[in-house]
Amino acid sequence: MNLAPGSPIRMTVLSTPAHLPVVRAAVEKVCELAGVDEQAIGGVVLSVDEAMTNIIRHAYDGHDDQPIEIELSVTDSALRIRLRDFGRSVDPAEIRSRELDDVRPGGLGVHIMQECMDSVSYEPAEGGGTRLTLTKRIAAQEELRP
Amino acid sequence: MSGIAGKGPLKAIRWIEHAAVVDVAGDIDLNTSPEFQQGLLRVLDRRPGKLVVNLAGVMYMDSSGVASLVKMLSRARRTGAAMCLASMTDRVRDIFEITRLDRVFDIYPTEQEALASA
Repeated sequence: MNLAPGSPIRMTVLSTPAHLPVVRAAVEKVCELAGVDEQAIGGVVLSVDEAMTNIIRHAYDGHDDQPIEIELSVTDSALRIRLRDFGRSVDPAEIRSRELDDVRPGGLGVHIMQECMDSVSYEPAEGGGTRLTLTKRIAAQEELRP
Repeated sequence: MSGIAGKGPLKAIRWIEHAAVVDVAGDIDLNTSPEFQQGLLRVLDRRPGKLVVNLAGVMYMDSSGVASLVKMLSRARRTGAAMCLASMTDRVRDIFEITRLDRVFDIYPTEQEALASA
């Protein structure tokens, strides 16, 4: 069974680290149904995890009771994942990965997303907060059929 | 070693001569990395000559877990302990390669090879 294009899956979770495994499991299943290459699924799951971690830490300053809206949708050619928070807005121009040669803890999430996804974009959300859009190309549905 | 192993991600700590071998299991993420880091810190406080972190039971790790290991590597170097990672699953190895930290850590396919390393 494949996931039909045009039927987005939406969920809202709280900004608690305890919800991360639930979101990872959901994203992994959607990747399978959407036809994301098996070798790439781990990177997509990791990217969503890193995005949520950044929201919890930076947009919500570690508060664990704030909403994070997640939307997963499939087109003929890509899986699109949107994460929307209502926390402190960050200037998209200020979001960048750090130099990897500088070995220190932290600051790796943006680099991981850029490595694992085909596109990563931040935009201020209407009413406050930030919307992050991650996309991953997938094989056309026709190509998946034997 | 009651009080360190058993609860949370650290499942067992074995001492083999001067080396402490730590068996880790479960997902290491923002939720579990604080406990993971605290457990490793307490092992390093016992001043092993070598710390081998056996990751065979870890099916998932994010940058929070990696950050904990970077902190432990720094701490180990300050105390003169060697630190090795062993028995990574493919998924865990991926994050080390993506972040290029596979060039920073001593990573071995098996615990035995980690123990035998200089």
